[in-house]
Amino acid sequence: MLIIGLAVLLAYPLVMPLLGKPFLVGLGTRMVIYALAAVSLDLLVGFGGLVSFGHAAFLGLGGYVVGVLAFQLGADAPLFGLIDGTNQAWIAWPAAVLVTALAALVIGALSLRTDGVHFIMITLAFAQMLYFLTVSLKVYGGDDGLSLRRRNLLPGLDPRDEATFYYVCLACLVVFVALARRILAARFGTVLRGIKENQRRVSALGIEPYGYKLAAFVLAGAGAGLAGALLANQTRFVSPELLHWTKSGELLVMVILGGIGTLYGPILGAVALILLETVLGAWTEHWMVILGPILVVVVLFTRRGLYGLLTEKRSGIAARGADDGGGHD
Amino acid sequence: MLLIVEQLLNGLQFGVMLFLLAAGLTLVFGIMGLINLAHGSLYMIGAFAAAAVGRLTGSFILALLGGVTAAALAGLAIEWLVLRRLYQRDHLDQVLATYGLILFFNEATTMLFGRQPLFADVPAALGGSIEFIPGIPYPVYRLAILLVGGLVAALLYGLIARTRIGMLVRAGTTDREMLRALGVDVRLLYTAVFTLGALLAGLAGAMAGPIFSVQVGMGEPVLIQTFVVIIIGGVGSIRGAMAGALLVGLVDTMTRAFLPGLLRSMMPLSEADALGGGVSSIAVYVLMAGILLWRPRGLLPAHG
Repeated sequence: MLIIGLAVLLAYPLVMPLLGKPFLVGLGTRMVIYALAAVSLDLLVGFGGLVSFGHAAFLGLGGYVVGVLAFQLGADAPLFGLIDGTNQAWIAWPAAVLVTALAALVIGALSLRTDGVHFIMITLAFAQMLYFLTVSLKVYGGDDGLSLRRRNLLPGLDPRDEATFYYVCLACLVVFVALARRILAARFGTVLRGIKENQRRVSALGIEPYGYKLAAFVLAGAGAGLAGALLANQTRFVSPELLHWTKSGELLVMVILGGIGTLYGPILGAVALILLETVLGAWTEHWMVILGPILVVVVLFTRRGLYGLLTEKRSGIAARGADDGGGHD
Repeated sequence: MLLIVEQLLNGLQFGVMLFLLAAGLTLVFGIMGLINLAHGSLYMIGAFAAAAVGRLTGSFILALLGGVTAAALAGLAIEWLVLRRLYQRDHLDQVLATYGLILFFNEATTMLFGRQPLFADVPAALGGSIEFIPGIPYPVYRLAILLVGGLVAALLYGLIARTRIGMLVRAGTTDREMLRALGVDVRLLYTAVFTLGALLAGLAGAMAGPIFSVQVGMGEPVLIQTFVVIIIGGVGSIRGAMAGALLVGLVDTMTRAFLPGLLRSMMPLSEADALGGGVSSIAVYVLMAGILLWRPRGLLPAHG
């Protein structure tokens, strides 16, 4: 399964030009980038049981770090008097990851003092704050957003080549998934899953859940920040739209559509949702009137999303873990 | 001074509108444990139906009735078709399904009415202003909203606090399993509560029409603010919703009215306006985050 999936992703930009549709490579890049963001969200939602409704804030923040650094390149004075602009990927991208990780540290440290629906809403509130902040930053385009003159420079690679850029994004996704897999297999992952199942028991075992949850929040935020940096490069544009709460909703949709708590499922979810948007969008202007009910049906009648559909029949453990909802209010 | 009083009234009026929305949302969450993102869509449906009926008949009363009825029917329909299957599911499923409903309602409304905003007129009888506080003329229509909202709030409070249905509702927010075990037809109660909430959202939408423009997507910003209200007030609590709504209404209106002016004395005009606008949009979220950190269950939680 996994190998087939990876092979498809690897072959995609080679196959599309052969089919006479080289312009679809960019669509694939978009899918891969959103897949990265969705996987990072799945770390939180699927493994930690922490439903964040503000994940797009980190996506947008990562994008804005890249955008602002590129903007500063043409500006007269360094930002805050000390930060010069850059269009080097090896500076801008780690900067984006670092900034979003720091933001996630602060937001997570505060938000994790609540739980349940309050956590959903407080993450939303923080995301809204950042959204309105970007809207009000007139220097960086405010409502209209900020255009990048060119993509960040990668040593030895041509980022303007769509296929090259696709592989760079794919590499980021693979590294992040591998990292997440490694972490989830370790003690950290066991504790995180334990917290999702029953936080009180984890505490009773002498483990303080707060630190683990915060670490997961920071890791997820950093992943989304990287995705945001890539997205800003792909479209050469960032705008407050990236931080809008509907974007957070979209990321949640990808996770759930693909299969929550499956790590690979959200990749499927991102691919499926973007595909659905593109296909329905080409078909009718009013594609959302179809997408909406599709989402409702998916929620009502499937468990573990697309990934569940693909794997459960074969393994025959469909019922396992199918229902852990309710019961804890 | 005059400006401050006027803005205070505006804040109260906005708070009352928020309360109409928050009352339904907080009861639905408190009793059924359902996060309904589509609540804003019901508000939008109320506004559109009212504007359409008003344009056809020219009567404000009929428009108001049309808006309320349309929202209540839409609420009844989605409760029956979709939401009742979600009460036992976790919050994530609810968020996703109701997000799907938002997409559907927004796009369906676009197909019916187009992307251009509709404009509903202030009814002639409620046009003009009145000087009910000497020296401060205030639009009659906004005053009427304030009164209607206050009246509805009082009625709702009476309903919840004094009647048998209200008793069941309160019992539901405390322990719905026990309520079911005592032989109450919980499904019927759920449907009734949800429809009541939809009706109030429709009323808010219908009344908002002449003040704000009626357009697709009008439900979402107000939905988020309504969530802020119920979180601040304490989920499931009507008194909390009232307190939260007034607080959010006042804070939002006051910062919007006075912050840009304050900033203008410190920095260049255009930047002050942009930053002021941004910061005043942020104010309610800062308020909510602060209150949650101080009292994680809200100001007036439903359970004791």
